[in-house]
Amino acid sequence: MFAEKVIELLKEAERNPVTIDPFNDDKIRQIVEEMHSLFRMNMNDANATMENKTLWTTVQVRHSALERNKRCLLAYLYSRMVKIKTLRWEFGAILPPDVRELLSDDEYEWFSKYSTNLASYMRSLGQDIGYNGIDLTENLKPPKSLYIEVLCMADYGKLELEDGDVILLKKHSRHFLPTSECQTLIRQGILQQIT
Amino acid sequence: MELSDENIDLSDNEEEEEITAEVVLKTLQSAWQNERLAPEILPHRNDMVECMLGQIQHMERNVNKLPKTDLRATIHKMELSRIKFIICNYLKTRLSKIEKFCIPILNEERQRMESGTNYLTPSEYKYAQEYLMNMENHMKTVVLDQMPGNMQTFEMSKMADHPNMRSHVFLKANDTVNGVVLEDLAGEDEEIDLEEGSQHILQYKPIADLVKNGKVQLI
Repeated sequence: MFAEKVIELLKEAERNPVTIDPFNDDKIRQIVEEMHSLFRMNMNDANATMENKTLWTTVQVRHSALERNKRCLLAYLYSRMVKIKTLRWEFGAILPPDVRELLSDDEYEWFSKYSTNLASYMRSLGQDIGYNGIDLTENLKPPKSLYIEVLCMADYGKLELEDGDVILLKKHSRHFLPTSECQTLIRQGILQQIT
Repeated sequence: MELSDENIDLSDNEEEEEITAEVVLKTLQSAWQNERLAPEILPHRNDMVECMLGQIQHMERNVNKLPKTDLRATIHKMELSRIKFIICNYLKTRLSKIEKFCIPILNEERQRMESGTNYLTPSEYKYAQEYLMNMENHMKTVVLDQMPGNMQTFEMSKMADHPNMRSHVFLKANDTVNGVVLEDLAGEDEEIDLEEGSQHILQYKPIADLVKNGKVQLI
């Protein structure tokens, strides 16, 4: 049956609505091949329909299969793009290597472009009044308290706080820090919030 | 004569800014609330955002002058981070709408720009264009270019995602509005009056304009 592979592809992508799977290069290639063979068959039959009108329906069915394949492939790409966007908000401009591996090269390039575009938008915020931009990826959650207690998960080294104090983040050490300054580190997995 | 006119203008402006710090925050909060609840993108309130950012800068400078142990400093800082969150979340909500409904927003925005009633700020507009271009390029390089000849085009109209204008919203009337026409699916139109302070659940579409001119507040 036509367009069966593409459904498999979409089902596979749907199975994990939150996490991202490795880019299925192989299946996409197969689907594109199917499209090409459909197209070739259609071309032959389309030329033949001049004499034989009965072939016309066959051509139509194949054409809708082609359309369907195209639409589903684009949907696959789009749903991945949506997931990749959330990666940008979670991890920032630099992806951890294990996440990076799940993206294809083209997707990674799209990610960098998205990231650059977002960064230049954020830089433009409040420029007229002398701000040099706002990082929207901070403050993802409404602030509950100014300071939170965090546990350090890895040896990070020195961290300079906004007020000029320097603290040393060592593995297994506990700190009481301003919420706004540890958000990024928490997302990177260096700090863990203890409630 | 002209000079004195300008003077009056200036002092007026200053006075306005004096009053607003609180009003600005209120306006910003209601803009944020509307933006979060409305299905479509609303006209930007960049003036309010910038004004508030200026205030924050000013307040931060003052707070930093206080000793760290001062209770006032802690309270002010908390308040500041709340305001910052509102601004960030407001801008982010707009961005996610821009991304989702990129194609219709850009099309409508082009028409609006001609009449000077643009909804997006210049940088949001730039962002939207860039976003759409990146998406198109990505889809082209990954699959569309490998496809057979007649399947290669990137069809904007087929790719467009439209906001659901028929979704229902909760709202509160700020002013009395008479004669809001509600379309019925059966074709029977109904007219209702919104009294000041009253609350309703209605379809978004008939009241979209009222949200934009501040006559009603989404809740």
